[in-house]
Amino acid sequence: MYSYSNFDAAFVRDRVKEFRGQVERRLDGSLTEDEFKPLRLMNGLYLQLHAYMLRVAIPYGTLNGAQMRQLAHIADKWDKGYGHLTTRQNIQFNWPKLKDVPDILDALADVSMHAIQTSGNCIRNVTADHFAGAAADEIEDPRPTAELIRQWSTDHPEFAYLPRKFKVAVTGAPNDRAVTKAHDIGLRMVRNKAGEPGYEVVIGGGLGRTPMIGKVVRDFLPRADLLAYLEAILQVYNLSGRRDNKYKARIKILVHETGLEELKARIEETFARNQTLLEPVDAGVVARINASFAPPEWDRRAVPDIPHLDAGFRSFLDTNIAAHKQSDYAIVTVSTKPIGGTPGDVTSEQMRVLADLAERYSHDELRISHEQNVILPHVHRADLAVIYGRLREAGLHTANIGLVSDIIACPGMDYCALATARSIPVAQKISEAFSDLQAQHDIGDLKIKISGCINACGHHHVGHIGILGLDRAGVENYQITLGGDGTETAAIGERTGPGFAYDEIVPAIERIVNAYLDIRESAEEAFLDTYRRVGAEPFKAVLYPESNKANAA
Amino acid sequence: MARKFLPQIATGNDLLEGDVVYFTEQGDWTRKHSDAVVAETPEQAETLLGAATLFPHQVVGVYLADAQLVNGKPAPVHFREIFRTKGPSNYFHGKQAEV
Repeated sequence: MYSYSNFDAAFVRDRVKEFRGQVERRLDGSLTEDEFKPLRLMNGLYLQLHAYMLRVAIPYGTLNGAQMRQLAHIADKWDKGYGHLTTRQNIQFNWPKLKDVPDILDALADVSMHAIQTSGNCIRNVTADHFAGAAADEIEDPRPTAELIRQWSTDHPEFAYLPRKFKVAVTGAPNDRAVTKAHDIGLRMVRNKAGEPGYEVVIGGGLGRTPMIGKVVRDFLPRADLLAYLEAILQVYNLSGRRDNKYKARIKILVHETGLEELKARIEETFARNQTLLEPVDAGVVARINASFAPPEWDRRAVPDIPHLDAGFRSFLDTNIAAHKQSDYAIVTVSTKPIGGTPGDVTSEQMRVLADLAERYSHDELRISHEQNVILPHVHRADLAVIYGRLREAGLHTANIGLVSDIIACPGMDYCALATARSIPVAQKISEAFSDLQAQHDIGDLKIKISGCINACGHHHVGHIGILGLDRAGVENYQITLGGDGTETAAIGERTGPGFAYDEIVPAIERIVNAYLDIRESAEEAFLDTYRRVGAEPFKAVLYPESNKANAA
Repeated sequence: MARKFLPQIATGNDLLEGDVVYFTEQGDWTRKHSDAVVAETPEQAETLLGAATLFPHQVVGVYLADAQLVNGKPAPVHFREIFRTKGPSNYFHGKQAEV
C-alpha cells in the first residue's frame, strides 16, 4: 500500500490546521456562511438534512487495518457509532458537530487520511477496481496509476475551479468492476500489439440527469504519456466546458455538443504542446509508487479439504468469494447488506472486526467497493472457514453478493439535503421481500440500484433494475429503469413508464422478478440476458396490467 | 392560477450542531416544529423571513416552509419537512430520539 511521504503528511496536517482556523473564524463570526461554505466543502464537510456530514476520502478504496480502526474510533467518539460506505469508495459520517470536525480531521491525518477533494468542482477521489492487485482476470494492478493520478490531481492549482466536478476511474482487468464507462474519464489498462503497457482512454461518461456512456478518445495511450494526456483533457474541458448552466457543465455535455472528433483534435493538439512543455514524470516517484503496490509475500500453506460444509458457509463460498490470481488464495467480499439493513452502513464494532481480519488474514489490506461492500483482497483459502465464523459473529456473513438483496442505495431523503425521495427504506423492504437466501440464489445475478434523486449517486441508470425516487406533487414516486449495465458492456437502463408510489414500488419489483423467473430459458440465463433477449415488453405487461388490458380492448 | 397561500414557518439548520431549528414568536429558535411561529398571510411570511435571517452566525440556510394548523399548532405539510421533524427512518436517531 502507498504510505505517505513527509511531504504528504505535512501537507495534510497543514490543511487541518488551516481548516481549524477557518472553523474558529466561522464560530466567532468573522466569516459569513457564504464565505465559509466553499471552505468547508473543500474539506468534505456538507450540511445535510438533519446534521453535518463528513465525507472521508479512501483513495481507490484501499485502506489498512489501522485506518479502519481509526474510522471506528471516529465513529464512536464524534459520531453515532457507524459509518456509511459510498459509491465512490469513500466513507461518510452522518452526525459530526462543526466544532469537532478539525479534531476528526486530525485523527484522520494520524493514519494518513483526509477529506480533501471529496466535494466541489475539482478532480474527486480516483476510483479503481476493488479487486485490484488480486483478481485472477487482471492484466495489471490499476492502483499505481490511480495513485499517480491522485498525486497529480491533489491541489492541482489549474484544476481547482473546474466547470463542475470531475471523476476518474481506472481498471486493470477486462471485466470492468469500476464502472469506468460512466466516468468523466475512464482508463482501461491494455497492451498494444508490441506488448507494451498503456491505456484505452474513455471520456464523457456519466450518470445524473443526462446519463451517457463514455466514448473512446484514445485506443492506446503509452503509459509514459498518461499525465500529459490527462492534463490535456482537463485543460480543454476547463476552457471549453460550459459554465453558464450547472446542469450542462460536465464534460459529457461538452463531448455531446462539440462532437467526439472535434474534441479529440483539440485534446491531441493540447497534448502535443504539453509533451514539449511538461517535464516527464520523475522516474523515482513512479518507482516509489510502484514499489508500494508490490504484491505481498504469499503464504504457501497447503489448502485443506473442508469435508463437511454447513449450508451457510457453502452459500457464502458460492457468492462472496472471487478468484484470486494466486490459486491458493481467494478474494472475500463482505456484504454490508444484511436482510433489512441499510446498504453500506458499518458499525464501529464491525469496522474493528474487519480491521482485525485484514491484519491477520489479508496482508493488512481492505477495500471498499463502489457497490458499498468491503473486500478482504488476499485471503489464503485455508483461512476461509475461520473468517466466515468471525464474520458471522459480527453479522457480516450475508451470502448475497451480486444477488437481488445486494442493493446499491444512496442515502436519499433519510439524510441527504438534495434528495427528492427516500432510498434506504426501499432497499430495506426489497431485501425483506426476498429474504429467503435460497430463493435469491435461484434468482441469480441481479443488480438493483436505487437513487433518491436525479443526481444518481445510487447509479440507478446502470442497475439491471434501476429505481429513481422523485417528488411528484408532494408525494414520493419511484420510476423504474430496466437493462442498465455498469460493466464493460455498459448500457443505460430504459424507463418502463409511469412511476410507482412508495407502497407500490416493492410489489412492482417483485412482479418484475417473477416475470423474469417465468420467462428465462434456464436457471443459467441471468436477468440481464433475459432482458436483452426479450426486451422490456413482458416486464411492462406485469408492471402496467391495466394499460395492457386497455390496449387489448 | 396563483397557488393558494398556505401558512408558513421559518426553518434552518443550527450552525454548531447542524440540526433542524424553527423560528419562534419570541424571536428565538426551537427544535420543535410545534413551537414555531406561523405566518398566516403573505405579508406576515415576508416579515417572518426577514426576522429569521437576522441570525447569520447562529442558523444557516433559512427558508419558509408550508405548514398546517393541527389543534392550533403548526405541523409540516410536505414529506421532506415531516422527515426533518423526525430524523432518518432507518435508525432511531436525530429529533425523534432527542426532542
